Amino acid sequence: MAINLTPKELERELRERSSDAERLIRSLQNCDRRHFLKVTARFAAMVAAAGVIQPQSFQLVNVAHAQPVPGEKPEALFRFAYISDSHLFARGMTHRFAKGLLKAVDDVNALDPQPDFVLYGGDLAQLGRADELELGQQILSGLKAPVRMMVGEHDWFLDMGVKWREMFGPDVYSFDHKGVHFVVLNSVQEKDFWTAKGYTPEQRMNIVAGLDDARQSRFEVGEEQRDWLAKDLAKVDKKTPLVVFSHSPLYKYYEPWNFWTDDAEQVQALLFPFQTVTVIHGHTHQLLTNRIKNISFHGMLSTAWPWPYAPQGLPEYTVQMFRPDPFNQFDGLGDGTADVLPGGVVNKHYSLWNRNPRTVTYADLAGNTLAGPRGHAGPSY
Amino acid sequence: MTARSIAWMAALGAAALAGYSGLAGGLRPAESEAWASRTVYACDQRKAVIVEGVRADEKLPPAKAQRVADLLTDLMRYCNEEITATIALNETITVEANGRVFHDYVPGGPLPIAKASFGEPTAREEQIWKAELDKLVAEGDRLFHSDEIGTNGVACAMCHPHASNTHPESYPKFQTQLKKVALLRDMVNWCILNPLEGLELAENDPKLKALEAYILAQRRGVALDAGKH
Repeated sequence: MAINLTPKELERELRERSSDAERLIRSLQNCDRRHFLKVTARFAAMVAAAGVIQPQSFQLVNVAHAQPVPGEKPEALFRFAYISDSHLFARGMTHRFAKGLLKAVDDVNALDPQPDFVLYGGDLAQLGRADELELGQQILSGLKAPVRMMVGEHDWFLDMGVKWREMFGPDVYSFDHKGVHFVVLNSVQEKDFWTAKGYTPEQRMNIVAGLDDARQSRFEVGEEQRDWLAKDLAKVDKKTPLVVFSHSPLYKYYEPWNFWTDDAEQVQALLFPFQTVTVIHGHTHQLLTNRIKNISFHGMLSTAWPWPYAPQGLPEYTVQMFRPDPFNQFDGLGDGTADVLPGGVVNKHYSLWNRNPRTVTYADLAGNTLAGPRGHAGPSY
Repeated sequence: MTARSIAWMAALGAAALAGYSGLAGGLRPAESEAWASRTVYACDQRKAVIVEGVRADEKLPPAKAQRVADLLTDLMRYCNEEITATIALNETITVEANGRVFHDYVPGGPLPIAKASFGEPTAREEQIWKAELDKLVAEGDRLFHSDEIGTNGVACAMCHPHASNTHPESYPKFQTQLKKVALLRDMVNWCILNPLEGLELAENDPKLKALEAYILAQRRGVALDAGKH
C-alpha cells in the first residue's frame, strides 16, 4: 500500500478496514484535549498496526500545535484564537473546505485553557450565498468559546452583506476586553464597478471572488467607516492598547490581488496616535508580518487553501514559509492564537496543521530582529 | 472550396507550368535570343530568378547579375516560401508564389505572403498572430478560473491567481510526490483529479492545451529551468 495517502484517502481506508476505526474517527469530533491526546495515540497505534502509514509520519494529527510555545513567558493577560478564510461551498460537511473549517473548530476546542474568544476573520462563504453562510454558522456553532465575526468580500458582494448582517449582526463594531480596545472593520468595500456594466449580483460576486479579476475595484474602508472609526477612537485613551481586525491587510502589499486597502494610509493615520496598535487581518492566506511605525500587522491562515507570496511588495518583516505541498490538502493551512501581554502588545501564533508552529513575538517585531535575509530566497511565485 | 474553383485553379496551374517549362532549365533550343534564359537559385534552393535573354551557359553581365542578386536577397524575406521570379527582356519582374502571379513587381514592394519566421512581419501579420494566440490563452484563462473542469466548485485560480506558483518553466522535473518525471500537463491533470475532484483530460484535449497555453503565457520572459525544485 502506498504510504503517501491524503488525509481523505487515509480516512476512507481506515473506515473500510475496521468499524472500530469508524467509531474512533467519529469520536475525534468534539472531544476535550486529554481525551483527544488519548484518542490520537490510539489512532496512531492502530494506523501503524494496520500498516497504513509509518508512525513518525502521523504528525499530521498533531495536537501540540495549539500549545504555548516553549520558552514563552506565560504571563499573557489573555489569549484569543482565530479561524479565517474558510470559503465554504454549500456542498455538505464532506466537502474539502467544510473539512478544513471542522478541523479548525476541533483544533481551537482543544486549546487548554480555552481562549477568551475566537475571531472569525472573514470569507466564511465562497460566493456569499445564504446556504454557504448557514453551513458556516452551523460548523462555527461547535466552538466552545464565544465567537466574534468579521466579514470578508466573499461574504458580502452577492447581497452587499444583507444575509451576513442578518445572521451575525453589524459588520463594523468595537468592544473592550480586559483593558484592550478591539475594533472590527469591514475593509472590503469596493467602489461601484457593477452598475455601469449592468452586472447581476451573481456576476458581481463572481468577479470579486476572483482574486486576480481586474474588473473589480480595490478594497477600501471608505470615508463613512473612517468617520465612524475616528469617532469610536475619540472616546479611547491613547494609552489604551488597540487591536484592530480587518479582512484585508491595512497596508499596501500587492494591488492586483487586492492584498491591499486603498485608503490604508488614512486608516493608519487614525491609529498612529495610540501607543500600542496591532492589526490582525485575513484575506492573504499566508504567514505575513509587517510593521509601520507603531503598528504591528499579522496575517491569518486560511482553512481552505494557501496563497503564494505575491511577486512584489512583500513586507520585509515577513519570514516566508516555503511553498505548500499541493499533495497535502492541509499543508500551509491552519488557525492560530494571539497572546495579549501586559501593556497590550501581542504575540501572534500560527498553528499550521502540517508544519511546526510559528510565533511572531512583539519583541521580535519591535526589535526588528526579523529583518535581514530570509532562510528561503524569494517568493514562491 | 467549390469543385468549379478547384478546376479553375488546376487549369491556371497547368498554364503556368506550360509557360515556364521551357524556360527554367534553358533546355529548349535557342531559336532566338529572346527565348534563351538562365535560372539562378538562392542559397535555400527555394527562390529562383529566371533571366530571359541570357543563355544557360552565358555569364550574366555585371549590372544584370547585381539585379538578380538584389532580387534574390529581397525574396529571401519570405523564408519558407518557394518563389520564382522572372526578369523579362524589358526588365519588368513577374513573381510567382503560392500559385499566384504578380506582375510588375518592384523589389522591396509588398507581396501578400506571410513572412513566417524571417524578416520583419507586417503589423497586420502580427495582429493576426496575436489574435490567434490570445484566443487560445483566453480560453485557457476562462477554464482556469472556472469550476467546470472539476466537480466540487474549486477552480485552478483559487490557489494560483495569475497562474502563480505553477512554475511551468521548471518542467519536466522529477515530481517527488508522484515519484516520476512529470510534465506541466501531468500536474494540471493531478490538480483536476485531486483538489478539483474532476476527470483527467486526455493529452490531446483542447481544454488541456488551452490551460497549458494560459499558464505558459503568464510566464513570458521567465527562463526555462527544467528540473528545478
